[in-house]
Amino acid sequence: MTKQSSDPKKAKPVQPLSKAGKPKEKEAKWQLRLYVAGNTPKSVAALNNLKKYCEMHLCDQYELEVIDLLLHPQLAAGDQILAIPTLVRKVPVPVRKIIGDLSNEEKVLVGLDLKPIKN
Amino acid sequence: MARPTKKSPVQPLQKTPTGIMGFDEITGGGLPTGRPSLICGEAGAGKTLFSIEFIVKGITQWGEPGVIMAFEEKAEDLETNVASLGFDLKKLQKDKLLWIDHVHVDRSEIEETGEYDLDGLFIRLGYAIDSIGAKRVMLDTIENLFGGLKNEGILRAEIRRLFSWLKNKGVTTLITGEKGEGSLTRQGLEEYVSDCVILLQHRVVKQISTRLLRVIKYRGSLHGTNEYPFLIDEDGISVLPVTSLLLNKDISSKRISSGIPTLDEMFDGKGFFRSSSVLVSGTAGTGKTSIAAYFADATCRRKERCIYFAFEESPQQIIRNMQSISIDLQQHIDTGLLQIHAARPTLYGLEMHLVAIHKTVKKFKPRVVILDPITNLVTIGSMPEVKSMLIRLIDFLQEEAITVMFTALTFNKDATVQTDEGVSSLVDAWILVKDIEWNGERNRGIYIMKSRGMKHSNQVREFVITDNGLELVDVYLGPEGVLTGSAREAQQLSEATGIELRTHALNRKDRELDRKRLVLEAKIASLREEFESVQDELNKSFQDEDLKKEIMERNREQLTKNRNTRNSADDKTKQ
Repeated sequence: MTKQSSDPKKAKPVQPLSKAGKPKEKEAKWQLRLYVAGNTPKSVAALNNLKKYCEMHLCDQYELEVIDLLLHPQLAAGDQILAIPTLVRKVPVPVRKIIGDLSNEEKVLVGLDLKPIKN
Repeated sequence: MARPTKKSPVQPLQKTPTGIMGFDEITGGGLPTGRPSLICGEAGAGKTLFSIEFIVKGITQWGEPGVIMAFEEKAEDLETNVASLGFDLKKLQKDKLLWIDHVHVDRSEIEETGEYDLDGLFIRLGYAIDSIGAKRVMLDTIENLFGGLKNEGILRAEIRRLFSWLKNKGVTTLITGEKGEGSLTRQGLEEYVSDCVILLQHRVVKQISTRLLRVIKYRGSLHGTNEYPFLIDEDGISVLPVTSLLLNKDISSKRISSGIPTLDEMFDGKGFFRSSSVLVSGTAGTGKTSIAAYFADATCRRKERCIYFAFEESPQQIIRNMQSISIDLQQHIDTGLLQIHAARPTLYGLEMHLVAIHKTVKKFKPRVVILDPITNLVTIGSMPEVKSMLIRLIDFLQEEAITVMFTALTFNKDATVQTDEGVSSLVDAWILVKDIEWNGERNRGIYIMKSRGMKHSNQVREFVITDNGLELVDVYLGPEGVLTGSAREAQQLSEATGIELRTHALNRKDRELDRKRLVLEAKIASLREEFESVQDELNKSFQDEDLKKEIMERNREQLTKNRNTRNSADDKTKQ
């Protein structure tokens, strides 16, 4: 779980890229962040669920960053994190948040606005 | 949920002072240390301000860092909102004494799927507390979470967990909650915060709103249960503890002058008792304010401080008007001995006036307070309310050993019937200035209705306002009653004339007497002469008689002798 998928390195260079509008032609690249707090069942479930959906619907068009707030509590305020686990869709804008263990696929896809791709 | 903290259970409840004027007195020390307290009230009741003051005062007065977790307002908004109170939140944040975290929840941004908890919030709060070593936390308003998150069950469980978590962390927490229908807070937060609940209220009576604070619950501690009015002004919140009416204050037998020597004379020649209360009542335009100004002037001349609360006139107006009777109040204001506070009674509620007076008095520490006039307060409260306020005011001032003078306007012609908001029974001295209308003019009569604990004059004096000031003059009692004004002057004149005439008449009589004496003495002299001549005459006749008698005697002897010799000669011849 605490595999933060080398998050800070990946996340930072991507953000300006997306803003520069470069990846526009081939479906904006998705940038997702999952906030967890330690290795709780809810967090594990959320991560597993998320991975599943992403593989299914986004293929390689996404970057997932997992942030453990127990290790980086200072990051919680930036994305206005209250609930754990929280999934934040940073790109494409607008920012969307999905909280919970992401067990309801339908809701997650609606929340991420992923429906069209599935179709 | 109330898991005991590490502290030993026998220890009495520790309290954290809030630094809010008056509140710590009501609660006997402040909020329960290391526990969450709830402050609830309607919108605009002052919850946020109260909490911020608790945090900021904690930093500035007790050096306890604090965390503000705002669910409503952004940090910048908070900063600007309290800047007017002189709280510099920016600087405190820079000094690592204050941490403001704005928690934003927007339902439209958030989708909920499945189980979650609020660990994110806990982590943020924990991080904030740990990074500055906070002792005080404010959550404003945590109920906003209910607007952002749908799963109420989870939310409630998490809030419950949050409070007990805060308790275990040992931080003193103040949670604000909006008042709901039929309950203290909309989401029933009072269920979770069981240690201390404070309710702030607004009450509008006669279009004037009064802020009220009540401690609903304070577990493990004594607390005042009354509603306490409080005031929000440039110094923040001040709560007014309604002082107890135990009547156990120290009394003074020292006397202070009223500033009018002739009035002092009526009070046994020494004036009022120090720290007593004096009521000056009278109909309009009888010079109540002038008496009050004299008293203020006398106080300042003794180098004592005085506060003048004016409910009718502005300070400038009072100063100007009093100059006309040669009282210069401006000089005392310049030397800082006198403060004039002018406020329309309708500016705020009765209780608020009391709080304002309390605050000013506590700050300035005067020896004399003047309220002019108290009757105007009736416009914002009923008679019993005004009376209760004045009772508390008198009580407070006497506790502070402050002499207070009220002026009261009597509407009734018969001033003795009017009881002047019922305070006449509370005050120690009651001076009545009365209109005496007679002979086509209005004059003022002054007398003392009562004066506790001293001999005082029972005489009605005429009260004259001249360019040189106030004076009390003895009135004249004529056949038609008391004489005042020109009638008195006429009487004075006629008496003076009478004296003149009398002395004149006396002189004439004296002279006549002298003359009579002279005549009499002359007569006596002549009589004595006469008597002497009669005496002489008598003496002479006596002497004559004696002489005659002697001569006759002698003649007879001679005769006898002669006869004898003749006889012998006869004999001889015969012989």
